[in-house]
Amino acid sequence: MIRSTVRGAAALALAAAALGSAQAQAPIKIGFMAELSGPQGALGQDQYDAFMMVVERNGGKLGGVPVQVIREDSQLKPDVATQIVQKLIERENVPIITGVTFSNIMMAVHKPITEKGVFLIGSNAGPAPIAGAQCSPYQFITSWQNDNQAEVVGKYATDKGYKRVIGMAPNYQAGKDFIAGFKRMYKGEVIDEIYTPLNQPDFSAELAQVAAKNPDAVYVFYPGGLGVNFVRQYQQAGLLGKIPLLSSSTTDGSTLPAQKETALGVISGTFWGPDFDNPVNKQFVEEFEKKFNRIPSQYAAQSYDAALLLDSAIAKVKGNVADKQAFGAALKAADFKSVRGDFKFGNNHFPIQDQHIFEVAKDAKGRVSLKTIATPLKAHVDAYASLCKM
Amino acid sequence: MTTGLFFTQLLNGLQLGVLLFLLSAGLTLVFGIMNVVNLAHGSLYMMGAYFAAAGFNAFDGSFLAAALFAVPGTLLLGLLIERIVLANLYQRDHLDQVLATFGLILFFNEVVRFVWGASSVYMNVPSWLSGTVNLFGLPYPSYRFAIIAVGLAVGVGLYALINRTRVGMLIRAGASNPDMVSALGVNIKGLNTLVFGLGAALAGLAGLMAGPIVSVQAGMGEPILILTLVVIVTGGIGSIRGAFYGALIVGIVDTIGRAFLPTLLRELFDRSVAQAVGPAIASMLIYLLMAAVLALKPQGLFPVKHG
Repeated sequence: MIRSTVRGAAALALAAAALGSAQAQAPIKIGFMAELSGPQGALGQDQYDAFMMVVERNGGKLGGVPVQVIREDSQLKPDVATQIVQKLIERENVPIITGVTFSNIMMAVHKPITEKGVFLIGSNAGPAPIAGAQCSPYQFITSWQNDNQAEVVGKYATDKGYKRVIGMAPNYQAGKDFIAGFKRMYKGEVIDEIYTPLNQPDFSAELAQVAAKNPDAVYVFYPGGLGVNFVRQYQQAGLLGKIPLLSSSTTDGSTLPAQKETALGVISGTFWGPDFDNPVNKQFVEEFEKKFNRIPSQYAAQSYDAALLLDSAIAKVKGNVADKQAFGAALKAADFKSVRGDFKFGNNHFPIQDQHIFEVAKDAKGRVSLKTIATPLKAHVDAYASLCKM
Repeated sequence: MTTGLFFTQLLNGLQLGVLLFLLSAGLTLVFGIMNVVNLAHGSLYMMGAYFAAAGFNAFDGSFLAAALFAVPGTLLLGLLIERIVLANLYQRDHLDQVLATFGLILFFNEVVRFVWGASSVYMNVPSWLSGTVNLFGLPYPSYRFAIIAVGLAVGVGLYALINRTRVGMLIRAGASNPDMVSALGVNIKGLNTLVFGLGAALAGLAGLMAGPIVSVQAGMGEPILILTLVVIVTGGIGSIRGAFYGALIVGIVDTIGRAFLPTLLRELFDRSVAQAVGPAIASMLIYLLMAAVLALKPQGLFPVKHG
């Protein structure tokens, strides 16, 4: 008896849905997958908040079409991420997946997403393989290629005339990639490369070595909690005023709230800073600070641009994302004003953009933030674009 | 490699050593006297650090508040754990104790995630200790000197307690032959609770001292627990002397190894090989040391004499 009631209810619901969808346009489903838990959750949360800020500002629409954002947490586990992606594609039939914080997750889900013809709008991870040989026409990355953030610091170090630099990073693939990226653009001598165990929180032994060798500068890549520890200990050891500290991903919007004044003076390199003086960025930073009561990090900026990109592309195809040819072309055109100024995709669908150098300093409101001090790389193409056959 | 650098690294090793001593003193007594494997000791260290950070941030940067929150807080927590969980486990097999205390590790990790959130919590070095001292031309953080001082003071205090007081005599007797002590009419339950509380308070103190240097986060107890187990196995279970010397040896070997082994390897091998292999071997050194000690002196370097 219950079964027939359920069946009847289901039939009614189906009919109502059919009637309903005949009148209004079905919302475009967008899968949003990022790290939303654990210490790295701060990055994914920034990505999500910025993306949703655009959607909500447009009344739940992108490109004039209603969208339904399905929020998923990949928990920094590649197998969980692959299952989520399968579920999103097969059960929810999403045409677009965005987010993807970490490179190991990106490497796990890139092929499952792109080989099914689903558009991947990556707003953080940019590992070398997908910028090169494994590039796909369905990928569009609004952040950067991983090496860029190291390369710009290497160029800056050369420009500043530092002759002897010590490199430090955690002993895993990303750590080695960043040191390699730095060396690609740095023309001086890297007198030592120190790789510390990934879970080692105390750098006293390594910092004593640095003090003894007295280099012209130190270049580090210590993301997240490691970065907070490192900068604090660097300052406690009395090195911060004496030996310039150059970095990538160590002092950004996710770690500065914890580092506070201990990070003042640290140099970092990336594509965007909150003090960029263009109307799109000013609006972004103002809205984000008002809504979430914190300074947006670059991860928020990247995801904001991903939403703006989708906004422009969906508008161009008038919501018909099923026409993959047209939608792909609309995405490639990237006809929108970005928080970083002009936006252009390269042949491998990674941005060709300026890379800047920032110093941690107090902003006009006395808060610890990033100040733009140089632009060593203009319209920089990543090192792997030539390996991509597109 | 200058004397200045060597001396600085030695101090770094000493600092790590006294931190390990604070933790291993409690753990070795619990294992030696109560014959209980308490894996949750690392969690007590973590809770000490969290309580300290909470007190620090609630009272606008007061290290005293942090200390008042951390040490009595962990002491109470330790007593609670002892009464509720461990009291039922004294007669059980070591494996059951491992299982129960491992469960406590998971429990505490989730509790801190629930109360303080998943991202790390931070407390700063107190302003009167935030400078550096000049050591042979190299700067050394004053705070780390303070850690060494506190650790050594605790060592002296424990020595006085164990060797010069009546309670200490009972503790030594309990480590040597717990059944006989109980048979002689000593309140062994009270003694056990006292020992456990003392161990917990020391772990809390270690958490308080380590708080300003490392990030306070869920799961910070496990790496230090592993090092502590290495220390008590190397030093000798149940022996405070073993915990002290073992901790200093492990701390110094680990630090000197990490600091100088990669440089040494670079002299002998090609640079890329040294860079790949150096950090890996450096982190293995203390385990190799432990294996060597177990092979040559299975009771540890300074074992308790069992009568």
